[in-house]
Amino acid sequence: MSKPTDLTIAEAREMLARRALSARELAEAHIAAIERLASLNAYITVTAERALADAARADDRLARGEARPLEGIPLGIKDLFCTEGIRTTAASRILDGFTPPYESTVTRKLWEAGAVCLGKTNLDEFAMGSSNTTSAFGHVVNPWRRRGDNRDLVPGGSSGGSAAAVAARLCLGATATDTGGSIRQPAAFTGTVGIKPTYGRCSRWGIVAFASSLDQAGPIARTVRDAAILLRAMSGFDPKDSTSADVPVPDFEAAVGRGVKGLRIGVPKEYRLPGMSADIVSLWERGAAWLREAGAEIREISLPHTKYALPCYYIVAPAEASSNLARYDGVRFGMRVDPGGDLDDLYAATRAAGFGAEVRRRILIGTYVLSAGYYDAYYLKAQKVRALIARDFETAWAEVDAILTPATPTSAFAIGEKQDDPVTMYLNDVFTVTANLAGLPGISVPAGVDEGGLPLGLQVIGRPFDEETVFAVAGAIERAAGFDALPAVRA
Amino acid sequence: MGYVIEGRTGPWEIVCGLEVHAQVISKSKLFSGAATAFGAAPNTQVSFVDAAFPGMLPVPNRECIAQAIRTGLGLNAQINLWSRFDRKNYFYADLPAGYQISQYQHPIVGRGEITIELADGRTRRIGITRLHLEQDAGKSLHDQHPTKSYIDLNRAGVALMEIVSEPDIRSPEEAGAYLTKLRQILRYLGTCDGNMEEGSLRADVNVSVRRPGEGYRTRCEVKNVNSIRFVMQAVEAEARRQVEVWESGGEVAQETRLFDPARGVTRPMRSKEHAHDYRYFPDPDLLPLELDAAWVEELRRTLPELPDAKAERFQREYGLSAYDARVLVAERATADFFEAVARGRDPKLAANWVMGDLFAALNRTGRTIETSPVSAEALGRLLDLIADETISGRIAKQVFEDMVETGADPAAIVDAKGLRQVKDTGAIEAAVAQVLAANADKVAEYKAGKEKLFGFFVGQVMKAMGGKGNPALVNEVLKRALG
Repeated sequence: MSKPTDLTIAEAREMLARRALSARELAEAHIAAIERLASLNAYITVTAERALADAARADDRLARGEARPLEGIPLGIKDLFCTEGIRTTAASRILDGFTPPYESTVTRKLWEAGAVCLGKTNLDEFAMGSSNTTSAFGHVVNPWRRRGDNRDLVPGGSSGGSAAAVAARLCLGATATDTGGSIRQPAAFTGTVGIKPTYGRCSRWGIVAFASSLDQAGPIARTVRDAAILLRAMSGFDPKDSTSADVPVPDFEAAVGRGVKGLRIGVPKEYRLPGMSADIVSLWERGAAWLREAGAEIREISLPHTKYALPCYYIVAPAEASSNLARYDGVRFGMRVDPGGDLDDLYAATRAAGFGAEVRRRILIGTYVLSAGYYDAYYLKAQKVRALIARDFETAWAEVDAILTPATPTSAFAIGEKQDDPVTMYLNDVFTVTANLAGLPGISVPAGVDEGGLPLGLQVIGRPFDEETVFAVAGAIERAAGFDALPAVRA
Repeated sequence: MGYVIEGRTGPWEIVCGLEVHAQVISKSKLFSGAATAFGAAPNTQVSFVDAAFPGMLPVPNRECIAQAIRTGLGLNAQINLWSRFDRKNYFYADLPAGYQISQYQHPIVGRGEITIELADGRTRRIGITRLHLEQDAGKSLHDQHPTKSYIDLNRAGVALMEIVSEPDIRSPEEAGAYLTKLRQILRYLGTCDGNMEEGSLRADVNVSVRRPGEGYRTRCEVKNVNSIRFVMQAVEAEARRQVEVWESGGEVAQETRLFDPARGVTRPMRSKEHAHDYRYFPDPDLLPLELDAAWVEELRRTLPELPDAKAERFQREYGLSAYDARVLVAERATADFFEAVARGRDPKLAANWVMGDLFAALNRTGRTIETSPVSAEALGRLLDLIADETISGRIAKQVFEDMVETGADPAAIVDAKGLRQVKDTGAIEAAVAQVLAANADKVAEYKAGKEKLFGFFVGQVMKAMGGKGNPALVNEVLKRALG
């Protein structure tokens, strides 16, 4: 029998159901693994007691034959989801001492489905970053190592803790959020599967906001099927979130094995960037070939406004963030630094001490692009570009059913690399931001390794609320790729 | 020629527009389920949304939207089926999110107008530029502690309607009449209680002056004026100040000012350390507000009758004068009271009683029409007693005073006090004979041609009968006796 921590969610579910494994054993194995691999820094808060209590209740239900869809499945929760009675940090000092008196809709749904809470996973501060190096709780270490290189690598960001925890077997799956690639990029860097569903699929209620029009929750797991299982439990209309969509939640799991016969898959020529590594180019071509062999038709398509996506994103996201983060002012909750002057001094001291450099940078950018005299040139223009990007996709959907792209321009890089110039770091999001700007579902599936033995991901983008096709295509890639490389560090 | 200020160098005209903040009547706040009642203990009506806790999201309250639409319809205004909420960003301790959700570029209500009535009977139309919905902020209390400020978030998130007029107002009287009429309409609609003391209705007054026939000159904004009288005084004071500035060769600077009611002057607000750049942008937590045209129509159909229409109907249906109609419709409760009295009775008599004896009694007892000691039904029964000649109009006044004091039924008072009118000719004849006998000299004068004395005899007979004699019969018998 494989170790409990090596199981997929689907396998664990089956073993729990036939009582070949208890939820308690599963939880204990993960708690032990988290302790042993604490050096990865994947968790900010470990909730061992809560996990054992959850597991005990799950075992009771399993014994009574009243198991719910995720009964006894131990999960990591990105520390951006507010969890009632459990400290929630957003990886920022400014939330020092903040314990939410409420539960986010997504996590509530998971607990109601029987999931077990292992703890809160690390992330970039306020989900701003692509390397998980901006956390106030220290950087997360990617469990993968480049061949012949002992340096610690980044797990990607901002959901680096969730991705590293899933890859290193410190949970069976994890929640994450994605504003410009924060699920898909770390999934690609850690050889895991991460899906950002359609904007509005998961409620944003109770998730610390970064950029409201772009933020979406989604799962990271080790297989496409597991991601489908988790997403189904996380999804659904929430009257408490005006932007959540009142649409039915299909059985995503059933779509994973559906196959791609007859599907038209678009390969956008604008995603072929100059200087892209040969590994990525060949992986992309291989992916297209797999799908063709599985019966799909591959078409080259054009998404002409792609090159404006990154600058557009880095205007819209900071603009919204500058406003969303105004509430962290030291008045009602979290950190307060009172230098003994007037109200403005309190704000300045609190926010200077509470926010890290990257968050401050984005607040400044966002404030700038919204200010009088610059609004039209930046924010308004970015909104127009955003509409054009969305229209590119709408045009494409007339020709294709899904779009295949690389998930990231490179594999994981070393901690400390790409730190000199923020723009270099921002380029990590070049393939992922478009799906956020257009509100589309996108998945990253591990599809191979580069010359250093590091995982690489392919991205599948689908029509709004057509995650089923996305899962079908991702499932086909997963089967064809037979990705079985393992991270160097794992439980 | 309209209202002018006669300056040293010639006449000046006032140009004025009002921005009115009206608190929406609703059980819960604009974007949260917290209650809105006035006067609750500090911070007891605050949800996590109002306090802007992490991850909290606004959800528009349908009733607040309906109230804004009703108000727009009541102002004969364009209802925009597509509108949008924007964020107005600024830091303040009683603004928990660091932004106020408002409507900047796309308000829910567009152009409309209201008709105001002036003391000389003229009416004028004042244009409405727009009405938009926004959240109120909390309250900072700086006087509770020597060094600390206290924050009360009960008001944070309560729905406000900002109603902006065109610069169509030309005199202090018109400013007062505008605010009076707007308040009346809001109260009729039930969309704002109009209570200026509690701050549910506050006005910012924009004033400039100009030579007749000129274009606009620089305006100043007088903030947060909290009574109709103060609005009129503020317009006057600010206009006179500006005339003085212009006439002494100066230049009026565009600025925000405050009205000091004690001294009757406006003064500049302490200039802010930093000019605000509100960085408005569409609130990404909210979808554009798209209204169903059928819903708007339903709200239109169920709109109550508004003061103008009611006054017009009172003239048409009850034959009231324009003045009486306007007095009676000033408050919806008064109009309803009047109609309850007038229904099936002499409407002019009803109007006279409501506006005369009833208003006087309310004034005297410090009551309002809602708490009137005499109900519309009771007053109606009193009028019935006059109509069926059970009592005379004069006795009725006496009965009414009893009703005010005791709350008793008019018929019961009449019976208990034996005030029933005497229609027995014999009794009247006896009283007449007694009066004529006691006033033989006057009878002689009368017969000599001093016919004016007839009224004196009627009065004496009535007096002798304790006011209970049927007036027509008394007249008839007297005439016969004086032959």
